[in-house]
Amino acid sequence: MSSNLLASLASALGGGEVRIVDLTHTLSPDFPVIVMPPELGQSAPFRMERISRYDGGGPAWYWNNLSFGEHTGTHFDAPIHWYTGRDLPLNSVDTLPPADMIAPACVIDRSEQSAKDPDFLFTVSDVAHWEDQHGRIPERSWVLLRTDWSKKSGAAYANLQADGAHTPGPDAEVMRFLVEERGIIGLGTETIGTDAGQAGHFSPPYPAHHYLHGAGRYGLQCLTNLDQLPPTGSLIFAAPLKIQNGSGSPLRVLALVQD
Amino acid sequence: MTEPLPKPKRKNPLARTNQPLLPPSSRSRKAHGFTRAAAHGRFMLQRCDECGQYTYPTRDACPNCLSSNLPFRDAPASGTLLSETQIGVTSDPYYRERMPWRAGLVKLDCGPTVVAHLHGDCGGPGSLLTLSLQLDRAGQAVFFGKPLSETPHMEDDRQLRELTADPKHRRILLTDGRSSLAPPLVQALKKAGAAKIFVGIADRWKPFDGRAALEIIEGVELVDLDLTSERSVQDLAKDIGAKVDILINTADHVRQVHLFDAGAAASARDTLDHTLMGLMRLAQAFGPVVRSRGADGVNSAAAWVNVLSVHALSSVPQFGIHSASQAACLSLSQWLRHELRQGGVRLMNAFAGPLDAEWFQTVPPPKLAPKTLADAIVDGLKRGLEDLYVGDVAKDLEARLLDNPKAVEREAGQ
Repeated sequence: MSSNLLASLASALGGGEVRIVDLTHTLSPDFPVIVMPPELGQSAPFRMERISRYDGGGPAWYWNNLSFGEHTGTHFDAPIHWYTGRDLPLNSVDTLPPADMIAPACVIDRSEQSAKDPDFLFTVSDVAHWEDQHGRIPERSWVLLRTDWSKKSGAAYANLQADGAHTPGPDAEVMRFLVEERGIIGLGTETIGTDAGQAGHFSPPYPAHHYLHGAGRYGLQCLTNLDQLPPTGSLIFAAPLKIQNGSGSPLRVLALVQD
Repeated sequence: MTEPLPKPKRKNPLARTNQPLLPPSSRSRKAHGFTRAAAHGRFMLQRCDECGQYTYPTRDACPNCLSSNLPFRDAPASGTLLSETQIGVTSDPYYRERMPWRAGLVKLDCGPTVVAHLHGDCGGPGSLLTLSLQLDRAGQAVFFGKPLSETPHMEDDRQLRELTADPKHRRILLTDGRSSLAPPLVQALKKAGAAKIFVGIADRWKPFDGRAALEIIEGVELVDLDLTSERSVQDLAKDIGAKVDILINTADHVRQVHLFDAGAAASARDTLDHTLMGLMRLAQAFGPVVRSRGADGVNSAAAWVNVLSVHALSSVPQFGIHSASQAACLSLSQWLRHELRQGGVRLMNAFAGPLDAEWFQTVPPPKLAPKTLADAIVDGLKRGLEDLYVGDVAKDLEARLLDNPKAVEREAGQ
């Protein structure tokens, strides 16, 4: 009785038994974006230029032109983003099955470890430890890696050193494990990418991108408010913009949580 | 002797800001030969190619031999003061605010007699003088007479300062602190007596090796400024716009991309966003307030400097996108110059060849040391110039363009 189910949900939302947590950062010009060597192409940061604000350009209305890269702010990575996912069907944001836009989440808290070590690596043993307490990660679930990195800002958030970025993320083995053994729908992180800052030196390089997108799974990054989610039981709404042949997009990520 | 210019007091917030007025500004088309000479810091007069006689004022034919072959040529800049006067009363609104004004008749060693503005340290009639052509606040060339040798605090002369953009006691904004030009420019400006140097830094979250070295210099303040962001530029102008007496746009964006490369358009867009659109955003945010402060006391707004590649004047294929962006910047710069001139604020374009810096690593010498460019910019401000060609490559290109622009185009990239 789907109508009853939705009515119950609406009622629970109205009554506050189910609350909505916004996992999205505000898109602003100052939010760090991924940095590539300067001779390579760069992702454009978020920019907003005014068309009019109740002035000569438009006397009664306010509006702006926006520009940004697909991978700016809180954003979604589609399989076509990485070479490993280039030949898969339905691999771009416009062809993304709507059914994949709503999925449950397992939140694995590694904030303490990340506070101690910016190069903290999320491993299979972290997953095993979590599963001991909360049970096996269900198929087609998001795994959201809580590091509390979203509480940092500016230089501390990007944490760029002379030898590259130092931010926590998964190692290669855990990505293979989550994709192949657990069948997750995707990995969500609080850092600039789904991969660790130093992941270019891993084997394979950028294992989260490599394994997730190679298997047609997704990435969410620059998430925030993961500390407001329970380890299990939340439902994630992540619908990227429908950009033709797009490799990703900024989006609003919402979580439903039943208290 | 010139009294040293005292450090200006803080502005009285109750006092109305003096509005800029301009000296009389109409000249004949031919007389813009002087404008060109003054803009480039040269001393030129009409000289007959037939009989060799210098002539002034501007004529269409030689008064000696009636030849019409009367081009502007570099001339010896020395002369003798015949007579002088202190003008005390005038109906001209610009000079009325600046009375008394010293002027005189100078007999040039090369022949003609000219009316010149006089430095306060010039002696009386019979004194030997060095002449220069200077752009006044309206952008028109005038003769200026100085003593033959340096005198103490010479640059502080009230009349000379009207004809220059001397950094002394002025507050400067450098737009790109990450540029290799920033450290030597800060040093040169400090040496010239700049009161304060704001240095713009984009993306504070990206590490910047030179930060500590800049931060410890007294009088330097690092400010957030990202020319690719309208909001960032507007926000800074809201904070310090009325305190920028000289704005030096050092922003550049050099990428080597072939015209036919995939992604060349994205690279071009990126370059134009940093350069042309960056200058546009700066002009929109800072232009109005800079122009309005052209007569705001000792530390009035005085100049806007754009550091451009000399390839703004003729493309070089290895840096095709950069050349195109610089040509566009030059065009916008000329527009901005027109707007700023109405406030008596001068705009100087410093044309440089490839800098001895990372983005020109593969370019063979001669390359321009950032310090050489920095020193030339400060010298240009002190002399009140409008166009500066710095270094061998820039000077050579300027000369070759005058001679045969088509040859420059054909030989580029060979």
